[in-house]
Amino acid sequence: MRLQRAVLLAAGGLLVASVAHAADGASGDVHWWVWPLGLFVVCFLMGIVAVPAGIGGGTLFVPIVGSFFPFHLDFVRGAGLLVALASALAAGPTLLRGGLGSLRLALPLAVLASASSIGGAMIGLAMPAHLVQTLLGGVVLGIVALMLLSKKSEFPVVARPDALSQALALHGVFIDGATGRTVHWQVHRTAPGLVTFLGIGVLAGMFGIGAGWANVPALNLLMGAPVKVAAGTSGLVLSLVDSSAAWVYINRGAVLPIIAVPSVVGMMLGARIGARLLDVLKGSVIRHMVIAVLFFAGARALLKGTGIWP
Amino acid sequence: MNPSAGQPIEQLLYARLLDWSTRLGLVVLVVSFAAYMLGLATPHVPLQQLVEVWSHPVGRYLELTHSPSGWGWLALVHRGDIAGLVGIAILAGCSLACLLALVPLYLRRGDKAFAALCLAEVAVVVVAASGWLSGGH
Repeated sequence: MRLQRAVLLAAGGLLVASVAHAADGASGDVHWWVWPLGLFVVCFLMGIVAVPAGIGGGTLFVPIVGSFFPFHLDFVRGAGLLVALASALAAGPTLLRGGLGSLRLALPLAVLASASSIGGAMIGLAMPAHLVQTLLGGVVLGIVALMLLSKKSEFPVVARPDALSQALALHGVFIDGATGRTVHWQVHRTAPGLVTFLGIGVLAGMFGIGAGWANVPALNLLMGAPVKVAAGTSGLVLSLVDSSAAWVYINRGAVLPIIAVPSVVGMMLGARIGARLLDVLKGSVIRHMVIAVLFFAGARALLKGTGIWP
Repeated sequence: MNPSAGQPIEQLLYARLLDWSTRLGLVVLVVSFAAYMLGLATPHVPLQQLVEVWSHPVGRYLELTHSPSGWGWLALVHRGDIAGLVGIAILAGCSLACLLALVPLYLRRGDKAFAALCLAEVAVVVVAASGWLSGGH
């Protein structure tokens, strides 16, 4: 246990060191292959910590890579969407088979969020980079606050589903792996939930970040889905929303395989290790470490966008 | 107890199709990227030039490298760097086949609302992919 914790902390330390190194070398004469290799290593480390911290890799990717690597933010956001998309697609089948992801709950939310993510992506690509960077910094610092303050409700009480939820039959069942118990669930406040996902789609498209940090509280605390169903369904919603937004970036030419591919592969390999460590690591330690990294990256994005720390 | 027990049939079908299409996309992505890195196919933008232009906004990057936008990349798919977009396009489009496969299932069951939702999501992704809204053409 101590060894595993040490390994993870070392991984986190290495992540920070890699990022710092990337920052130092950003303006120097560096061989081209250093950057994809650096991306792979940084994304691998991000993948390890993202799963135990309970956030999507895309949330870490854009602020960190956008602030410390030499690529323009347009390409970083395009790659960030692909990182979030590939992770969500890879996890989707397992979540669906286990009942932790509900296709029925995800579809109505995803349709609205996908449509608004196209608008978000178009707005993001039309805005000047410094403005996007400043807003991104603000959003990331907001995520930090959300992670520090928000509480989760494992099995929220939904006394009565609303009319829309009943009409769409937004309910399901899953077997809780921790207790072996069969859990039946239903949701309420469907209309406010749909409106919330419209806004989440705009943010996902504009900043190229997976919006799991917003999806999970909306599904869990607002709509009353059990936290495991909220996390699983969030992944499904992401896989659809990020598809739409990713196409906008592909069409604009803002997806460079040399940035996107090492990032996607590194993040997915890291996430596999992170998922294995999930059961044995203390989530709160990882969570605090990720909050610290996000705070640093968010502050850096804000200062870079405002020109204080270019 | 089988964890899949009790899950709707359409959810399991979606999971199976998503599983295979994601694997296909990832394999194509990795193979094409390996070919690019190994120099098996000449890139459209040489790697040495790429380092000098990837810090520019996408519009300027396209001008400097004479790269296409929209679906213009298909004409250059034999180029090492552009070939990587095939795997990316498969990943970004693989949900479409999964959603379309559900429509007959929902209709057979009389669940018109969810058949319509599947088609609506397909329409949104197709519009995004078409480039009509993003000015990709």
